[in-house]
Amino acid sequence: MGNLIGDRRKSVREAREELQRIIELCRSVEVKGLDPYLVEVKDLIKVIKEYFPIWKDAEDLCLDAEALNSIASVVKMQGEWVKRRASALYRDPFLIEEKIRSLPVGSMAEIFLEVWHPIVEFEQLTIKEFREALKYWSNLLPLDERWKRVGYVKVETETTTREEMIKEGLLLGEPFEAELEKMWVDLKERASGVGRVKYWDFIGSDSYEETVRRAYLASFLITYGYARLEIHYLKDEIFILPNEKPTPIDKGELISFPIPISFEEWRKWKERGGA
Amino acid sequence: MEGKRRGVDRKAYYTAKIRKVAQLLFYKRHSLPGAIGWELRRRVGSDYPKVVNLLNEYLGKIGLTVKIVFEEESNPPENPTLEQYDRARFYITLKDNLGVEEAKMIGWRIDDIAALCASIAYIISKGGKVERKELEDLLRSKIPNWRVDINLNKFIRLGYLVEDENGQVYLGWRTRAEVDQRKLIDLLLQAEAEKKT
Repeated sequence: MGNLIGDRRKSVREAREELQRIIELCRSVEVKGLDPYLVEVKDLIKVIKEYFPIWKDAEDLCLDAEALNSIASVVKMQGEWVKRRASALYRDPFLIEEKIRSLPVGSMAEIFLEVWHPIVEFEQLTIKEFREALKYWSNLLPLDERWKRVGYVKVETETTTREEMIKEGLLLGEPFEAELEKMWVDLKERASGVGRVKYWDFIGSDSYEETVRRAYLASFLITYGYARLEIHYLKDEIFILPNEKPTPIDKGELISFPIPISFEEWRKWKERGGA
Repeated sequence: MEGKRRGVDRKAYYTAKIRKVAQLLFYKRHSLPGAIGWELRRRVGSDYPKVVNLLNEYLGKIGLTVKIVFEEESNPPENPTLEQYDRARFYITLKDNLGVEEAKMIGWRIDDIAALCASIAYIISKGGKVERKELEDLLRSKIPNWRVDINLNKFIRLGYLVEDENGQVYLGWRTRAEVDQRKLIDLLLQAEAEKKT
């Protein structure tokens, strides 16, 4: 009996090692860019299938899944390999390497010059840009004025109601819809021509309080379909675009997108020169 | 008379649009030169492919061309749809080839060009990616050791190559825009054949 348990333990350990080896093999094919057909997928699947009944722990089942996943990656690579071989660009890599090694530097350069069409680009200022820059410079406040730090007390984040916002002076007492309409008209004016405004340039204002008020209203503009957001994750840019008519959003399409309007964010925006 | 005026208006309309597109493509506004299709659409309207064609005709006279790099790079569409144009990148490149002397004039040494050629061809032959070390070994066979690292870093900085965190090197956006990869491989093969005969 003791022997049987020992054998079983041994076989479980060996099976784990076997799966690890399969995972490593698949990984090395991927990393080293080896021919994926070197891997006998059928045999590997057979091994995994054979060991599957002995797995009891969740950890072992995860290992099993990982091994299967690695094999799936190899199968995917095999598909790509066939596609590449079938493409017009495919040539025997050894032949190309041999050519690269044997051709003199001068010939290589000459060959490249025949297929190289460098991009043409300008980086200098135009008179128009220069004029705009000058105008911006003359309107720019000195740093000590722009960076005036306002003392503030850090408080915990809490939810607020419209009544509280009015009490704090962040919202006007006039009908909410009227305020929204005003914001919408303002957005349409600012976006006229280009069709969009940077989110922070739209909500940003001289004071932090006014910025929060505008952000609050802007969130309703979007929820009620008066405007929409355009988010460029890679450039870390958010634009707000007015809709010509309020367009109710299908509930299925609704997503929540939080934008922090912290004092620090506002200060950074001000330091960058604001709108 | 009315028809003639309409013709003049139309010409002025397209001239203004061509100017706008030329400015967008020539002047670098982001980290990459050129513009994406949707940026052109936003600035000149949905007939921007036509405007690009007109600009291309004009640029052809002075040895330049508009190069369009589609997302479906390995299999570029024959008759692209507006959506495919919207996602494509537009650059202005030289239409004709550079001579050795001209290449030197724009700041490229012959051995740097050869190293770039070898790197690109090698990556293509390996199916699009190689380990940096492997590439370094290849370049070391032809150029001094101390230049290998400088060269590779330069190619990566300029966008000809891309290196990931695992030390794998791929072809970069600039290679896709500037280099006719298929012709490069064909010419390399021909050069070998010429050498043998």
